[in-house]
Parts: sequence; C-alpha cells; structure tokens
Amino acid sequence: MNVSVYLILASVLFVIGAVTVLVRRNSIVVFMGVELMLNAANLTFLAFSRMWGDFDGQLAAFFVMVVAAAEVVVGLAIIVSLFRTRRTVSVDDENLLRG
Amino acid sequence: MIDNVVFAAAAETAGHSLAAELTWLVIAIPLASAGLLLVVGRAADRWGHLLGVAAPAGAFAVGAWAFVDLLSRPAADRVQDIDLFEWISGSSLNLSFGLRVDQLSLAFVLLVTFVGGLIHVYSVAYMALDADRRRFFAYLNLFVAAMVLLVLANSYVLLFVGWEGVGLASYLLIGFWNQRLEYAVAAKKAFVANRVGDVGLIVAMMIMFSQFHTLSFDGVFAAAEHASAATLTLIGLALLLAACGKSAQFPLQSWLGDAMAGPTPVSALIHAATMVTAGVYLVVRSGPIFEQAPAARLAVVVVGAVTLLYGAIVGCAKDDMKKALAASTMSQIGYMMLAAGLGPVGGVFAIMHLLTHGFFKAGMFLGAGSVMHAMRDQVDMRRFGGLDKFMKITWLTFMMGWLAILGVPPFAGFFSKDKIIEQAFVAPDGQLWQGWVFGLVALFGAGLTAFYMSRLFFMVFYGKARWTDGQHPHESPALMTVPMAVLALGSVLLGLILTLVGFDDYLAPALVEGHHGEPVLGAPIIMGATLALVVVGALIAWTRFGSAKANVPVLPPAADGLIRAARADLYQDTVNHALFVRPGQVLVAQAAKADDDVVDGAVRGLAWLVQGVGGLVARVQNGYARSYAATMLAGVILLAAIVLAGRL
Repeated sequence: MNVSVYLILASVLFVIGAVTVLVRRNSIVVFMGVELMLNAANLTFLAFSRMWGDFDGQLAAFFVMVVAAAEVVVGLAIIVSLFRTRRTVSVDDENLLRG
Repeated sequence: MIDNVVFAAAAETAGHSLAAELTWLVIAIPLASAGLLLVVGRAADRWGHLLGVAAPAGAFAVGAWAFVDLLSRPAADRVQDIDLFEWISGSSLNLSFGLRVDQLSLAFVLLVTFVGGLIHVYSVAYMALDADRRRFFAYLNLFVAAMVLLVLANSYVLLFVGWEGVGLASYLLIGFWNQRLEYAVAAKKAFVANRVGDVGLIVAMMIMFSQFHTLSFDGVFAAAEHASAATLTLIGLALLLAACGKSAQFPLQSWLGDAMAGPTPVSALIHAATMVTAGVYLVVRSGPIFEQAPAARLAVVVVGAVTLLYGAIVGCAKDDMKKALAASTMSQIGYMMLAAGLGPVGGVFAIMHLLTHGFFKAGMFLGAGSVMHAMRDQVDMRRFGGLDKFMKITWLTFMMGWLAILGVPPFAGFFSKDKIIEQAFVAPDGQLWQGWVFGLVALFGAGLTAFYMSRLFFMVFYGKARWTDGQHPHESPALMTVPMAVLALGSVLLGLILTLVGFDDYLAPALVEGHHGEPVLGAPIIMGATLALVVVGALIAWTRFGSAKANVPVLPPAADGLIRAARADLYQDTVNHALFVRPGQVLVAQAAKADDDVVDGAVRGLAWLVQGVGGLVARVQNGYARSYAATMLAGVILLAAIVLAGRL
C-alpha cells in the first residue's frame, strides 16, 4: 500500500482534531480533538517508519502515547477540578487569565 | 626680573612660628560659630548673638597674635606658607590646603576681624527687634570666615573658595529681608553680577593651569617670570574682570547700589569695608603678573579712573542716603584700583587707602544706620535736616568720617588718598599723557567727592528739619554708638599712625619691588590743588544744602540731562537690560519653547505611539483559549509554509 494513503488519512485526522479544538466549547471535546491530533502525528510516524524500515518512528510513537497518557491524567484532573469550582466545562468561561 | 621678585622663598627654609601655624583658627572660629548657629537653629535664639560677637573677637585675637609674631621676625623672613593638609592630589595637579601668612594677608585679617567685630557689636542693638537675629549673626560669621579664607589662601583655587564664600554670604545678607520682593531681586542681581566676574577668575585659573601647570601663588609667580607677555596680559585681564565683579567696578558696578537693600551693618561690613575691596586685594596680590603685563595694568588704571568718576557723579545725585554712600564706596574703590594698577608703589597706597576707607566708610554706614534707627528707617536725605542737635554722637562720629573721606589733614583719608592722587600724576615709562590724564581725573574726583559727601552730611545734619510727621529723632544706644566712636577714632588717627610707623616699608617686602617715579607736577602743587578743590566742593555743598538760607526741596526738583542720568545710575541698568537681560530672556524663552516642542514633543510622540500599538496588540489577549489555539495554529502553519518555501 502506498504511504501517501496513510499520510492523507493522518492529515484528515489532524484537521478534524484541529477544527474540533477551534470550534467546540466543551473542554472534554477539545481534549479529544487534541488526542486526535496527537494520534494523527503518531500515524505519520508509523507510516514513515514502515516506509524506511527502521524503528525510530515507532519509538517516537510510543513516546507520544506515553506522554499523551500522562497529559490526559493531568488535563482531566484540571477539567474535573475546574468543574467542581466553577460548575462549567466550557473553555470560553475559563478566561480569568485575560490580559 | 628675577631679582625684582622678593616673594621670600626664605620662608620655605625657615621654621614657622606657632602663631603662624595656628592662623587657621582665624578661619575656623567664625566658621564653626556660623555652622553652630545655623544647625542649632531657634534653640540658639537667646544666646546666638553673643556667640556671633565672640567669634570675630576670637579671630581678631588670633590674628593679632600672629601679627605681633610677624613683627618680631626679620623683614625678609615674614612671608610664611603654612601647608595644612594635602587638598587636591592628582597626576597633573597637586595642591595643598595652604595659608599664606604675610604682611598683606595679616593687614587684611586685622581689618576684617576688627571692623567686623565692631559691626557685630553694633548689630546686636541694630537687629535687636528682628526675630531672625541669630540667623543674621550666623551669616555675618560665615562672611568673616570666607573673607579671611580669601585673604589667607596661598593658591588661586583656595582664594576662589573664599571668593565664592563671600559672594554667598553677601547674597544671603542682601536678601536677609527677602520677604520683600525688591530686596530678593537685589540679592539675585548682586549674585548674578558677581558670577560674571567669577568667570574671569575661573578663566584666569584655566590659563594659569594650561600654561604653568600650577595654581599656587608661589608656582604661578615663579612661572610668570618666564611667561610671554601675551599670556600674562590675558591672565591680567581675566583677573581684572573678576575684580570688577567683586569690587563693583565699571562695567559690573550696577549691583552695589541695589545691594543696599541689606541691613545697614551688612552694607557697612560687606559692601563698604571688606568684601568689595577683595578685587583690589586680588590685583595687588597678583602683582608679579601685572608687573609684566603693562597692557593689563593700564586696563586696571582705566577701570579705576572711570569708576571713580562714575561713582562720584552718581553720588552727587542720589537722595537715598545709603545709595549715595554706596556710590561713594564705588568711587573710593576706583581710587584703590587706579592705585593698584599703577604698580607696586601705588599698590601700597591702594592697601593703605583700603584700610583707612574700611574705617571711615564703615563708620559712616553705621552712622547712617543710626540715623535710620532714629528716623524710622527713613533713607531719603531730603526728609532729614537739622539732626545735629538730636544725635550728638552720631553727628560727631559721622563728621570724623566725612573729614576723613574729604582728605582734610590730618584725618585718615588725607594720608592715603592724597598719596594716590600724587601717584596718579606719575607718568610711567615716560608716557606723559598717562600722568596728566589719570592725575587730573583723580584730582577732579577728589573735588566731586568733597561735594557729594558734604551734600550728604549737610542734608542729614544741618539746615531746616524736613521730617515727615511724627518723627522723634533720638540718639542710639551705647551698643551702637561705641563702635561708631571707635571707627571715628580710626578715621581720625589711622592715616597718621600708618604713615608714622612706615606702612609702606612694612608692606613693600610682600609685594614686587617697585620704582618710585616723579609726578609730572610737584607734590606740593598737587596737594594744594587737591585741598583747594576739596574746599570749593564743600563750600558749594554748604551754600546749597547746609547754610541756614539753603532751601532743600522735599521732592527732587526737575533737572536736566546729566543730573537725571546720574539719578538713574547713568542708565547702567537700562544698558544692561537692553544688552544682556532682554536678549538673555528671549534666548531662554526660545530654548524653553524648543525644549517643550522638540524634546518633550519627541517623548510625548513616542509615548503616544507605544500606547497606540499596545492598544492594538492588547486586543489579541482576549482570554479565549480557542482564539489562542487558533493563533498558535496559524503560527505553526506560517512557520511550516516558510520552511517549505525555503526548500523549494
């Protein structure tokens, strides 16, 4: 199979993720968009790893997954604590740091 | 010329006496007193004047001790340089804080502390009702300290410190009653005019430093022997400018009349007896420089001659008693300048006249203060008259001063002023015209002096009483009359004493050696002509202002050109205003406008720009996480585009 198919799929996934981050207000959905973008990047790593026949790309993908798992823990904890204190998960309401 | 200079280097080898080593106390005592009175403040109000009087008395005691000690030394060994401590040490200039104790400086120290002490005593009574008497005494002490520092310094830099110190004290004391605007303005005027002169002293020091690499008297005078005439002439002219500012000589004389705004003891001490003579001291002290710069010396003589006539003419027309005395001071210092410019022989008589003038003019100023005290601060002489019966002591002491300034033998002025007139007739280097011109000017000045001083004396003490209503003239308290009496005694005897003890022989070793020249007229003829002119001047004044028939109008009568001009100080203020003040004000206004428009405009414009840009950029910081994310995404896409574009 041609590598470009994987790349196109990754691009589509990334764009869907980015658009999700930009247009949705719900923090959890935004979070899912971020995960989608990370996995689009992972797919690209794997596709090129397969194409070149070495494991560096797969290694990078594992790194991303581990980091993403850790990030999910922290990010969800923040969202939960925000929800507890402010009774909302809308990103547009979290504007206390406005300049 | 080396042989001519007798700046006894012998003092270097000889040991200094204890009295000379302790001369610094003459400066330190009044300075400490001034500092104490100013720092302690109101708490010292009750005893401040006592300390203020004690300080010059103590300084006088130390000065007298040093003087007696000086007399006990051989004449060739009387110049002592006392180095107190290392003051300025640098690679190109090393200067110690040193005092020069010699015949000239000690004569000044005695004059300043003795006359100053008497005036301090007088001030105790004169300022008794002033709430700020303690501050007044603090300033007076400050003045005494600065003045003795000026005359004791052994380098131009240290002299400059004293020079500025007396200028500061003069400013503070002229404006002592600065709650009145015109007094504050007068103080400022004196300060500014003095600064103009100070520039001259600074320039002179710059030239000395660049040419001789030293600023001590010894070093400069030694280097002057080998310097070019052009350099010395430049230095001499710069020093003359300095002397003109401090001594109220033409063309910087306009401040002295206004300086009479200060309390009368100040006018007596600073603006008659001591500070205004500092210029004469500077010229005499710088003798080795002037000795080799004939052009600068001629300039000194011309300035002196012009000022002596100028002051005399103004003095003839003034109705304000203190301003008439100020004009007279100007004129008498003109005599001293003229004499100082005539060379070392004249310099001796300049200093002698300075000493006698210090006594009789201070005495007359104190007399004027006594009259003002009795007449509720009236100063218009047209409002006096017939005071001789009411103020016997003031009248008698004033009469001694009057006779002394007229130069009537055997009063003090006769011995000093007559010698100056005689010296003015001496033609230097065969320049006959100089002898005639300056001699006749000095002679004519003596006649004018007799007229205006007699006018003043007669208008105040003789004739019909022309007082304003409710005046009850009375004699002043003993604290005021005793100092006046002592000064009057000096006015009578000082000239005779100085002549008898051989003042010129005493002072000469401290100056450059000079040559006695023959005047173009015989000395008896000059003396006779002077006395005749004096008598004529006094008689004219008597018929017009003194005799029983004389009718002195209470308001100044209408007058023609010269008198009107003299009443207005010969339009000096107008000229200064048009030439310097107005252009200066325009320049300052333009500079202020430029500062406002250009410099401030640039700053304001920058602030406006930053604010505007900041306002625009601040809109991006809207607090919406999604908009930040969009910005980031756009940035990443932009970066990626740039990287890709670079690859293509």
